[in-house]
Amino acid sequence: MTIIQANGISIRYITGDFKDIGLKEYVMRRLKGDYHVTEFWADRDITFSLEKGDMLGIIGSNGAGKSTLLKAVSGIMVPTKGHMEIHGTVAALLELGSGFDGDLTVRENTYLRGAMLGYTRKFMNEMYDSIIEFAELQDFQDRPFKQLSSGMKSRLAFSIACLVNPDILILDEVLSVGDGAFRKKSGDKMRQILSGGVTGILVSHSVDQVREMCNKILWLDHGKQVYFGNETETLCNAYEEFLITRKLPESFVEIETLSDAFIRRKEEERRKKQMNEAQKLQSILESGSSDAAVEAALSIIRKRKPELLKE
Amino acid sequence: MNKLLNRISMRQFLFSELVKRDFKQKYKRTLLGMGWSVLSPLLNLLVMSLVFTQFFGRNTPHYTIYLFCGTLVFSCYRESTNGGMNALMANARIFTKVNVPKYLFVLSKNVSSLINFGLNLCVFFLFALFDGISFGPHFLALLYPITCLVVFNLGVGMILSALFVFFRDITYLYDIFTLLLNYMSAIFYKVDAFSPMVQRIFLCNPVYCYIRYFRVVVLEGGIPSLPFHLLCAFYALLAAAAGGYIYKKYNHSFLYYV
Repeated sequence: MTIIQANGISIRYITGDFKDIGLKEYVMRRLKGDYHVTEFWADRDITFSLEKGDMLGIIGSNGAGKSTLLKAVSGIMVPTKGHMEIHGTVAALLELGSGFDGDLTVRENTYLRGAMLGYTRKFMNEMYDSIIEFAELQDFQDRPFKQLSSGMKSRLAFSIACLVNPDILILDEVLSVGDGAFRKKSGDKMRQILSGGVTGILVSHSVDQVREMCNKILWLDHGKQVYFGNETETLCNAYEEFLITRKLPESFVEIETLSDAFIRRKEEERRKKQMNEAQKLQSILESGSSDAAVEAALSIIRKRKPELLKE
Repeated sequence: MNKLLNRISMRQFLFSELVKRDFKQKYKRTLLGMGWSVLSPLLNLLVMSLVFTQFFGRNTPHYTIYLFCGTLVFSCYRESTNGGMNALMANARIFTKVNVPKYLFVLSKNVSSLINFGLNLCVFFLFALFDGISFGPHFLALLYPITCLVVFNLGVGMILSALFVFFRDITYLYDIFTLLLNYMSAIFYKVDAFSPMVQRIFLCNPVYCYIRYFRVVVLEGGIPSLPFHLLCAFYALLAAAAGGYIYKKYNHSFLYYV
């Protein structure tokens, strides 16, 4: 069953003089003919489709149009061109920490955030205790939100969002909150949610995370779609190679070439590392004064390659 | 059908949480904050009655109540629309991250200022009682202008909040406009002195119409005519329709401006 079908999505931002100018200034500029608005395409002609249970990883460097695309999927923006079909409820975890009110208590903020994510009061009443427990904020429930540390804030945000039970889950750089222990806990929770059959979209700058969690990849660069497909390994390899060489592939054949280059590079690195290790070991042994090194070498050879000694 | 009910209960939850937040933000959990919102219009009234009773109050019976009708309605209008104007910008960080219906922000601001209005209305009735105004069932008719005023405030609040997103200096312009409106709403003077032609022009001012409705009921012990009712409703619906139209049209454009 197709959950998300995006056909030729283009999203245009308008930038220019209109932002932060007042009515007086606007009228003056209009009269002088000095009013300029420029267009900026954050996404151009993006096409992809996700089936139920798919996990899409969106990769691309800064300014590639990833977050804008997510905003279109979550319904905050409408595509300027193209058509998007979405079947199911969407929960978007975009930039977790913002949107809380410093003067309200932790409890009030929790309910407010829950309401914004579209839960009902009944659901929140049931879930409240487990949210606080997961965020480890039992002792802070009635403190004003501004007294929390920033780590605590994002922990709370993650915990609220985590209890979502949506059909489509959007994760924008959210798997990197809190300290090490919490990061592990949140990663486990995320995997648990994803194994429950939701369709997910993940944006992450950690390619390893994408490799681990995603079965489809959408590669964007400066708003253009480089490739969409389910060849996760090849694409991730090619992307990592691209990050080093900055050469954008034009076709899938070039992607494969890039990927091969990356594998070769990795292999090379590995060999170098091994070589270095062997050299190091040898130098240690050689610098020893006694014959212990020779004896050790002999005993290793005896154990592993006895046929060498026979010769 | 089930989906729709679910959606309504979701919206209702969000709405009540927003109202709670706005209310707490406003009073900062202090009793004095709440008291101040009653005291401040009273002090305003005191100043005005000290100044204007000399000029206009001599041949007006119940002049204080006359004045109070004006300040009550006008301060409700001013507070609701000023709050409404900020509602969208103040929540910009929310609606650029989460897909929530934006009119709820204006609506919740309006509700929290309506609570304020309710408090002031109680004080108003107390004053009226002391001043020897005869109460009767016709006071129930006051629900009509209050409803109209609320709808009108909501509409104006929506228009202003949208404008505020596009043009940040609208606050200053609106301050001047409110001052002008204050003088044009016959809060401390009577319109009888003007020619019938000018008195008609006063009816173009919606806030004046609502004030007048209050005065007819409280001071004259009557209920205005049917056309006057229609006029009140017309202004309210016009403002609400304009606000709704702007929100519908620019719903997804606000994001570019914040």
